[in-house]
Amino acid sequence: MQEILKVNNLSKVYKSGSKELTVLSEILFSIDKGEKVAIVGPSGSGKTTLLGLCAGLDKSTTGTVTLAGSELSNLSEDEKAAVRNKSVGFIFQNFQLIPTLTALENVMIPLELQGKSDIEERASSLLERVGLGGRMDHYPSQLSGGEQQRVSLARAFSNAPQILFADEPTGNLDDDTGGKVEQLLFELNEQEGTTLIIVTHDGELAAKTDRIIKLRGGKIIEDKSNK
Amino acid sequence: MKLSFILKTALRDSRKNRGKLALFMSSIICGIAALVAINSFNHNLVKDVNEQSKTLLGADMVISGDRPALESLQLMMDSLEGPKSTEIELFSMSFLPKSEESQFVRVKGLEGDFPYYGKLITVPPEAGKDFKNNRTALVEESMMLQFNLSPGDEIKLGQATFEIGGSLKNVFGSLGAGSSFAPTIYIAKKHLDETELIQQGSMVDYGYYFKLPEGFDADEWEDARRETFRNETFRITTMEDQRENLNEAFTNLNSFLNLVALVALLLGCIGVASSVMIYVREKMSSIAVFRCLGMKGNHAFLIYFIQIVTLGFIGVVIGAALGSAIQVYLPVVLGDFLPYEVNMEISWKAITQGLVIGLIVSILFALIPLLAIRNVSPLRTLRASFEEDVAKRDYLKWAAYSGIVLSIVGFLYSLTDSIQDSLIFTLGLAAAFGILYGVAAVVTWTVRKYLPRSWSFIFRQGLSNLYRPNNQTKTLLTSIGLGTVVLATLFIIQGLLLKNVSGMDAGNQPNMILYGIEKEQSNRLAEITESYDLPVIQQVPIVTMRLDGWKGRSRTDWLADTARTARRWTINRETRVTYRDTLTESEKLIEGTFTGNVESGDSIFISLASNFKRSLDVEIGDELVWNVQGARIKTYVGSIREIEFNSMSTRFFVLFPRGVLERAPQFEVLVTKSPDAQTTASYRNEVVKTFPNVSLIDLGSILATLNDILSKVSYIIKFMAGFSILTGFLVLLSSLILSKFQRVKESVLLRTIGASRRQIFRINLVEYALLGSLSAMTGIVLALIASFLLAKFMFEIDYSILWTPIVLMFVIVTALTMFIGLMNSREVLNKSPLEVLRKEVG
Repeated sequence: MQEILKVNNLSKVYKSGSKELTVLSEILFSIDKGEKVAIVGPSGSGKTTLLGLCAGLDKSTTGTVTLAGSELSNLSEDEKAAVRNKSVGFIFQNFQLIPTLTALENVMIPLELQGKSDIEERASSLLERVGLGGRMDHYPSQLSGGEQQRVSLARAFSNAPQILFADEPTGNLDDDTGGKVEQLLFELNEQEGTTLIIVTHDGELAAKTDRIIKLRGGKIIEDKSNK
Repeated sequence: MKLSFILKTALRDSRKNRGKLALFMSSIICGIAALVAINSFNHNLVKDVNEQSKTLLGADMVISGDRPALESLQLMMDSLEGPKSTEIELFSMSFLPKSEESQFVRVKGLEGDFPYYGKLITVPPEAGKDFKNNRTALVEESMMLQFNLSPGDEIKLGQATFEIGGSLKNVFGSLGAGSSFAPTIYIAKKHLDETELIQQGSMVDYGYYFKLPEGFDADEWEDARRETFRNETFRITTMEDQRENLNEAFTNLNSFLNLVALVALLLGCIGVASSVMIYVREKMSSIAVFRCLGMKGNHAFLIYFIQIVTLGFIGVVIGAALGSAIQVYLPVVLGDFLPYEVNMEISWKAITQGLVIGLIVSILFALIPLLAIRNVSPLRTLRASFEEDVAKRDYLKWAAYSGIVLSIVGFLYSLTDSIQDSLIFTLGLAAAFGILYGVAAVVTWTVRKYLPRSWSFIFRQGLSNLYRPNNQTKTLLTSIGLGTVVLATLFIIQGLLLKNVSGMDAGNQPNMILYGIEKEQSNRLAEITESYDLPVIQQVPIVTMRLDGWKGRSRTDWLADTARTARRWTINRETRVTYRDTLTESEKLIEGTFTGNVESGDSIFISLASNFKRSLDVEIGDELVWNVQGARIKTYVGSIREIEFNSMSTRFFVLFPRGVLERAPQFEVLVTKSPDAQTTASYRNEVVKTFPNVSLIDLGSILATLNDILSKVSYIIKFMAGFSILTGFLVLLSSLILSKFQRVKESVLLRTIGASRRQIFRINLVEYALLGSLSAMTGIVLALIASFLLAKFMFEIDYSILWTPIVLMFVIVTALTMFIGLMNSREVLNKSPLEVLRKEVG
C-alpha cells in the first residue's frame, strides 16, 4: 500500500514566557491510502494539535510531516495551502461554513480555488447525495446543525481529496443527527476512495474505523488495527 | 487563480455584509462630504473675495493721474482691448437752491459704462443709468439725508445747475489722495465743462477705467509700463493689487477652513480604519476557512481589498455629491434664516480634490487592518480562541503607514502651499498619536501594578478590564483621544477666531467720522455726541505735514537720487500725524522705545508704523525733518509700531509725543458709532447746524461690505465645525463597537455565573467612565498645546483659554463614551445569557 501521510518524530512545544509546554512529543506513524484512522484520547491529549500539524495548518517544533508526497516543513504557507486545496478535505466540529455564501457556493469553493469551471454540476450532485438538493440556495444560518454538517461533508468531498481530516465531526450534533452524518461520511468515503482521519473521543465512531491511534499526554500510547 | 473567481467571491461574500459596512461607508461619506463642502465653501469664499475686489475697483484696471494723459500714454491705453471709461474728479463747493445751503463735495464726471463690476446703486434704480444721458446728477445718500433732498431738487455745481436724478447708495473709490470724506456727486462727463470748475490751478484727477479681455494679464502689462506711467505721475491699480489687500484680511479664515477640512478628512479616516478593523475581525473565521481550503493569503486579502475599495469608491462619490449638495442647497433650505444672500456654486476643483484625496487616504487607512488578512492562520478553524496572528515584519504595513504620512503631508501642502507648515502639522499629529498611546500604556501598567485589592468588586472588575488580555485601552484611548484632540482644537481655535472676528464686526466698530473739528469746538461736539447716546470712541488731533528730508539729505536731493530705496509715495504724501503719550490697543511696539512726552528743547523721538519705516528705509535713531505748514521740525526715529489692521479705528503712520505739536495748526477727528440711519440723520443735522465747518462721514456703506463678508465667515465657521464634530462622533461609535465583541462575552459569562444586571451595568459604567474621561482629558491637554501653537504661529492671534468649550468637550466625550459603551452592552443586560451567547457565537 502507498503511504499518504507520514509523521516522523513530531513534537510541538508552546512557549509562554520562560515556561515551555510540550503538547506533543515523539509522534511517529504513517497512514496508507484508503485507510480509515481514528485518533482518540482524553481532552488535552494533543489530538487537535496533531490534526492541525498533519494538515499543515500549524508548524511543528521538531520532526516532519509528509502529506501526499510533500514534506510540509519545507513549504511556505501558500505552498501548503496549495497542497490542501489539491489533496485535503476538512470537516470541523463547528462546521465552519462561510456564513455569507449559500450552501451551493460553500461546496463550490474548493473547486473554484483550483480554477476549475463547470463545477456547479459536481457541487449540486454532492449536495443531492447528502440529501440537500432542495436547500442549495440557503445560507448557513437558514440550516440546522445537521444540515450544516452535511453541507460541510459535501464541501469536504468536492475537490475529490486524497485524504480527509475530520475533527469531532459529530461533536456538535445530537445522537440521531450525528448518526446520520457518520453514515454519510463513511458512505461518501467508500464511494470516493478517500483516506479518512477522524479525531474523536466518541468510542462508537472510532470503532467504525480500520485503525485507532490513542494519545495521552502528547504521546502515542497505543496504535492498533481495528479490522 | 482566476481574477474572475476573486471578483465573484468578493461580491458573494459582501452580500450579507453590506449592512455591516455601513459604519465604514458613513465614515467615508461624512469625511468626504465635510471635506468637499468645506473646500467648496472655501473656494467660493475666495471667489467672493475676488468678486468683492472687482466690485470695489469697479474695473480690471484703473490708471489715474492729476492731469489728462499725454498722447504717448493715451496711445498705450488705446492699445488695450475691451471697454474703457473716463472719469474726471474734482472737489468743489456745491449750492443747494432749495435750502440755500452749501456743501463741499467731490464731483465725478463719468463717460462710458463704468462700473464694469458691481453697479451704481441708486434710488430710484434707473437714475444710475439715466444720468449719463439726461442732464441729472446723482447725489450721495448721506448728503441727500443731510439736506433733506429728494430726486427732482436742484444742485448747483460751479456755473451749472443740475436736477438731482437720484440718491446714490454706494461710491466707488476716490481717484485723488485728497479728502475722501466729501460726499460724491456723479454727473455725465460731457456736462462737466458747463460747470467751469476746471480752471488753471484747480485740483483735478483723471481716471481711466478698463475692462480687460478674459485671460489678459493686467499685472504683466502693468509691470512693463509702470515706470513710464509713474514718471508722468500716473498710477496703475489692477484688480490683483486690490485683491491682495483684501486677501490679507482673509488669510486667517482660509487657514482655519483648511484646518477644518483636514480634521474632517482625518476623523473620517480614523473611522475608516476602525470600521475596517471591525469588519476584518468579523471575517477572521471565514478567512481562516478559505485558507484552510487552500486559498493563498494574498488572494484572501484581495477579496476584501476589492470589497473595501469598491465600497470606498462609492462612499467617496456619495460623500462628494453630498458635500456639494449641502453647500449648494443648504442656503436654499435655510432661506430666510441666513444673514446674507448666498451665491454658492458647485466647485469642481473641490470635488476632484475630494475624490482623489479621499480615495487615496481612505484606501491607505483601510489597508492597515486589511493587510492583516494575509497572515490569518488556517489554524483558527480548529482553535476557537486563537492568539493574534503575528507576522514577523510586514513591510507592506510600513509602506501603508508611510503612504498615510506622505498623503497627509501632500494634502496639507495642497492646502497651505508650505512644505514647512505641512511637515509641522503632520509631526504634531504623529506626536499626539504617540503621546496617547504612551498614556494608555502607562495607565494599563499602573492599574495592573497598583490596583488595591481592598476596593470593591465592581471597581476592581471595571478597572482590571483596562489591562486584561484583549483589552481595548490602547485602541480606545488613541482613537477617542485623537478625535478629542482635533475636535477640541477646532473648538478652541474657532472660539479664538470668532472672538477676533467679532471685534471686527460692525457691532462694535465706529461707523461715523466727524472731520475738520476746530480745537475749541471739540468739547461741545463731544457733549452733543453723548447727548445722542453715541459713544465718543476716538477723539484725536491731526496735524498735516510733509517730509522735508531725512538722514541728513533734503527731500529734493533724495528724489533726484536714482539709487534711493525709499518709496515715492512715502516721500510725496501729505502725512496726517497725531500726538499722544500712550499706544492704543491695536498698536504693538516692535522696536525701540516709545516716548510719550517731550520737554521743550529735548530731542523729539517719534514712532513710525512698520510699513512706513520699510517704505522709507530708515532705522531707529535716523533723523527725519518735517515741514509742518511752514515750520521745520527735526525728529528722530524712536520706535517702530506694528498696527493691527483687523480693526477699523484711525491709524497713523507717524506718531508724535506730547509737547511738540500742541500749538501747530490742527483739527480733530471724532469717531463714533450710530445704531441706525435715523439717529445718524438727526445727529448729523444738529452737528452741521451747530458747526457748519465740521464734515460728517458715514462709514456705514463701507462697513456694510465688510460686514457682509464677516457674517458669512462666522456662519461658515460654525457650520463646518459642526460637520467635523458629526464625523468625530461616528469615529467614537466605531471605536466603541470595536470593543463590544470582547465585553459582551465577558459580561455574559459573569451573568451566567450569577452577577446581577445592576453589577454588570456598574462594572461597564466604571470601565467606560474611566476610558472616556481619560481619553477626553489627554485629548484636551494635547488640544490646549496644539491650539496654543496654532494660535501663536499659524493664525498669529492672541491666545486665551476659553474654558467653556473645554469643559463641554470633556463632559460630552465622557458622557458619549459611557452612553455608547452601555448601549453596546444593553443586550447583555436585557436578555438571557444564553440568547446572547447563541447570537454572538453562532
